[in-house]
Amino acid sequence: MEHIRMPKVENVRLIDRISSRKAALGTLYLTATHVIFVENVSETRKETWILHSQISSIEKQATTVTGCPLLIRCKNFQIIQLIIPQERDCHDVYISLIRLARPVKYEELYCFSFNPKLDKEEREQGWKLVGLNEEYNRMGVPNNYWQISDVNRDYQVCDSYPTEVYVPKSATAHIIVGSSKFRSRRRFPALSYYCKDNNASICRSSQPLSGFSARCLEDEQMLQAIRKANPGSNFIYVVDTRPKLNAMANRAAGKGYENEDNYSNIKFQFIGIENIHVMRSSLQKMLEVCELKSPSMSDFLWGLENSGWLKHIKAIMDAGIFIAKAVAEEGMSVLVHCSDGWDRTAQVCSVASLLLDPFYRTIKGFMVLIEKDWVSFGHKFNHRYGYLDGDPKEISPVIDQFIECVWQLMEQFPCAFEFNERFLIHIQHHIYSCQFGNFLCNSQKERRELKIQERTYSLWAHLWKNRADYMNPLYREDHSQTQGTLRPQTAPCNLLYKFWSGMYTRFEKGMHPRQSVTDYLMAVKEETQQLEEELEVLEQRLADLKKVQLNNRKENSKQQDHNTHLGPSTSNNSIANTPQDYINNVKSFPSRSPSQGDEEDSALILTQDNLKSSDPDLSANSDQESGVEDLGCRSPSGGCCLPSEDSGKDSDEAVFLTV
Amino acid sequence: MRNGCAGRNMEFAELIKTPRADNVVLHRPFYPAVEGTLCLTGHHLILSSRRQDNAEELWLLHSNIDSIEKRFVGSLGTIIIKCKDLRIIQLDIPGMEECLNIASSIEALSTLDSVTLMYPFFYRPMFEVVEDGWHSFLPEREFELLSSVTNEWRLSYVNKEFSVCPSYPPAVIVPKSIDDEALRRVATFRHGGRFPVLSYYHKKNGMVMMRSSQPLTGTNGRRCKEDSALINATLRAGKRGYIIDTRSLNVAQQARAKGGGFEQEVQYPQWRRIHKSVERYNILQESLIKLVEACNDQSHNMDRWLSKLEASNWLTHIKEILTAACLAAQCIDREGASVLVHGTEGTDSTLQITSLAQIILDPRCRTIRGFEALVEREWLQAGHPFQLRCAQSAYSNSKQKWESPVFFLFLDCVWQILRQFPCSFEFNEHFLVMLFEHAYASEFGTFLGNNESERCKLKLSQKTMSLWSWVNRHQEPSKFKNPLFEANSLVIWPSVAPQSLQLWEGVFLRWNRSSKFLDEAYEEMNNIIEYNKELQAKVNALRRQLAELETDDGMQESS
Repeated sequence: MEHIRMPKVENVRLIDRISSRKAALGTLYLTATHVIFVENVSETRKETWILHSQISSIEKQATTVTGCPLLIRCKNFQIIQLIIPQERDCHDVYISLIRLARPVKYEELYCFSFNPKLDKEEREQGWKLVGLNEEYNRMGVPNNYWQISDVNRDYQVCDSYPTEVYVPKSATAHIIVGSSKFRSRRRFPALSYYCKDNNASICRSSQPLSGFSARCLEDEQMLQAIRKANPGSNFIYVVDTRPKLNAMANRAAGKGYENEDNYSNIKFQFIGIENIHVMRSSLQKMLEVCELKSPSMSDFLWGLENSGWLKHIKAIMDAGIFIAKAVAEEGMSVLVHCSDGWDRTAQVCSVASLLLDPFYRTIKGFMVLIEKDWVSFGHKFNHRYGYLDGDPKEISPVIDQFIECVWQLMEQFPCAFEFNERFLIHIQHHIYSCQFGNFLCNSQKERRELKIQERTYSLWAHLWKNRADYMNPLYREDHSQTQGTLRPQTAPCNLLYKFWSGMYTRFEKGMHPRQSVTDYLMAVKEETQQLEEELEVLEQRLADLKKVQLNNRKENSKQQDHNTHLGPSTSNNSIANTPQDYINNVKSFPSRSPSQGDEEDSALILTQDNLKSSDPDLSANSDQESGVEDLGCRSPSGGCCLPSEDSGKDSDEAVFLTV
Repeated sequence: MRNGCAGRNMEFAELIKTPRADNVVLHRPFYPAVEGTLCLTGHHLILSSRRQDNAEELWLLHSNIDSIEKRFVGSLGTIIIKCKDLRIIQLDIPGMEECLNIASSIEALSTLDSVTLMYPFFYRPMFEVVEDGWHSFLPEREFELLSSVTNEWRLSYVNKEFSVCPSYPPAVIVPKSIDDEALRRVATFRHGGRFPVLSYYHKKNGMVMMRSSQPLTGTNGRRCKEDSALINATLRAGKRGYIIDTRSLNVAQQARAKGGGFEQEVQYPQWRRIHKSVERYNILQESLIKLVEACNDQSHNMDRWLSKLEASNWLTHIKEILTAACLAAQCIDREGASVLVHGTEGTDSTLQITSLAQIILDPRCRTIRGFEALVEREWLQAGHPFQLRCAQSAYSNSKQKWESPVFFLFLDCVWQILRQFPCSFEFNEHFLVMLFEHAYASEFGTFLGNNESERCKLKLSQKTMSLWSWVNRHQEPSKFKNPLFEANSLVIWPSVAPQSLQLWEGVFLRWNRSSKFLDEAYEEMNNIIEYNKELQAKVNALRRQLAELETDDGMQESS
């Protein structure tokens, strides 16, 4: 709290980005965890909550006659523009936010104060929801070829690896340690995915310290051991996910890539995915395009193309597809690395796993996948997503890209995933929110030292509790798309990668389909389930009634007996009420569905609204979801892109004049 | 649908040099190559394999062929056929002479110059006609609907003989206070005689949308008091109206030099003119050609794809058209003002705007029948020259000014709105794709001719079958039905932000990507909804049964 120079500012205006003439007047509050804007309109008092950890940049713009504008860009792609009447207040808010958005200690993060009112036991249960031992067992290891190694207990060998790693049985501790000394940051080859149908595996590591000519016997033995763990295969693929030029440049620094001549039976392959700096600037460029005010089609397409974003997404997908193909179709094991083996390697291994194994396409499986390939193998969440104040050059949207790859696959295979788009959006949100402890720090080691599991809550338990909101209605366990390996089209595949408006312009309410097919179908399915239950009750009732009538005819005089049958017939009254209820149900059903409403504007219900209701914690505790609501309230029509469409004449005139 | 060609081919016999070739191999994307026998009939190219099930592999209307190319490797000839529905197929034909003969036959048969030789004049339907589509959407019926809500309008037969305006239908709806004599005068003041007529009446507030062609003011500012009287008759006292000119101010000004022009403020003080430029003619055709070329190019990388998409300008046109339509709808619904829409001739961009505005405003236009009525009213009867515009498609080399995918763009715009409001339309994407196909090549007479006058002369309603007869027959109507549809009586405002507009993959990538997984998803969606309906019916039946039994029970008890 000591960083808050200005806890409250009145008469602040929140600007509608679509129509800058419209602004909501309200009060701005700064708290230890959030920026809160409360509108003055008395009946609604709309609130917009922004977590400090979501703030990516704050820009103080030149003061105008109306006040001092403050632009807040968020990591979840929300943009908030405020106008603060007094320059001095604006400066204080600005200085406070600069500090609040860049905490220096983990303890300042929201997860240490966030309390979902669960007891200790529930919290512990939450952390147990996703277990990696269980996952490796599911894959089929340990077995004759793979074993768990304790060589890294107490993080002796590699401090960014987990304590428990799976390695080929023939790889002795001596080999592992030897190999680790020949790899950047000692990230030696370890198992990421094992395919029990054909023994092929995906292993991951960092680059070898080969320089121009260095060799390491143990490293060569390690790769040999990986090949042997797949009996009958006579080579393994080594996939270097960097552009060849980058890898070659690394040789000068004593790093580099495997020389095929030194390793017996490897096939070496470059797949050019650019580094974190290129990706950061690519996202930056794409977001600039999204920020353009009423861009033309050409502005947008040119900007999108120049950002190179979709090209990078495709490169990651291509790498994943290559590996999945090697494993599933050729039955070959693959070793994947980049430089340090914690960014591109994580992306590519998880895309390949997702393509190979339907389990990872379920809600639970997807959590496991992130836990396995990202959290446990030391993806540097803190550095990449800027939880604590640090080097801005370390920040890069690495996992955002992976999440987008999943969305691109969902677009191509609409029945293959148990979860929906909202699930991905919420995960992305929470990777930055620091509301849960899962992603804190840069490695398992740091998390254990910080006692994360004792002091914070797990996101997975939270998402699991609300899983009904994340279901894909088209998913069926026995559907052909949920079986086996996904094989994305590769022919005109570049045409199939699309701009993900639902993510990058998720707060631009007016831009999205106004009716959500997912929500509609979920409502239908819910109703179907109720109907199934009712059908059963009705059938039972009918059978009972027939019996009663039969009895009545037989023993019409036996009053006593008749009374015993009154039991069901009293409940018949409740059944008699059911049609009424049900008709109400039928009536209310469409109103749950997206297209209906009492007045026109409610026809334009958005997925985001549902998003809000779907995650009570999210909306109750804060952040941008209320922001959506907020923006929505100021553009009641749901925003025809024509800026003027929903209100006063003046604005319409203005539009026409710009024509 | 596919009979009626055998035995009626005498007219075409001389065009068919080689009616049949064996061992022809057919290549299509996503299908294995098929060897079979190729047959040419007067209207079809048929390839049937000798598979056991004797399944016909290909049955292609000659009129669907946009262009053909031939290549030879030794004596093996290859014909590449590019269709108006954007599909590309390849036929390998052994024997140079056969190949050349077949190619020249196809060329001749796909470019017949007489309309009456077209397939619709030979086609005999295999389905039972429940309702003759030629009479489904008569102006009289439309006027009847209108009369139930307002009496300010009348149906005029001033154009009965097509003498006042050759591109208008015989009956048009005009303000009651304007007599036929005045209409005749206004017609002389408007390009092609297209005087302002009613396009849409907004029941919610009584505002209207009219359409016409440009006024012939010329450079000396010619005026016509009947013209202003006609459009002023649509205004409420003290209210202003909006004129949406689909040309830029510059283009409109230039038009004066050629005798055209626009409504000057001094002469139309109650009207506010807005210029909303929408592209026209062959610029649109070139855009289509570029887009399809980009979609078919297998070699490009991600970057070049986006710049080619951009360079085609197709989505820019979509955005322009939708924006203008939203503007018209906004004036009517939000501003409570009447609107007059026109460009130059009033047969192209004008109709795009007026028909899309109706989709936005009027829930009826989002039903299958309502959409058919809209196409009939705002395109066919309104005199959009389908035969000229749709003569060639994306593979044409002719570059004729009159060839233009105006209707195609309209359908794409509808698809964009459908995508944004997936539960508000009774029809689905297949319905729009079907209309696209039939506008370019069809066994039905609906899209033949350029206006009602030509259709009358061709006696299409007697000699050909209407597309609507086929669509509205009772069997399998579900093919075009959107399972998500829930009647939505509201105005739907689409977003025209570039982020919200997408390539219509169902048309442009239809032949070069597999839609298997998307089709499966559609089927899954259908199943979910069908199962729900089934259960609902069961539950309702049981409830009824129970209610009856309970009454019986009660009666027994009381007796």
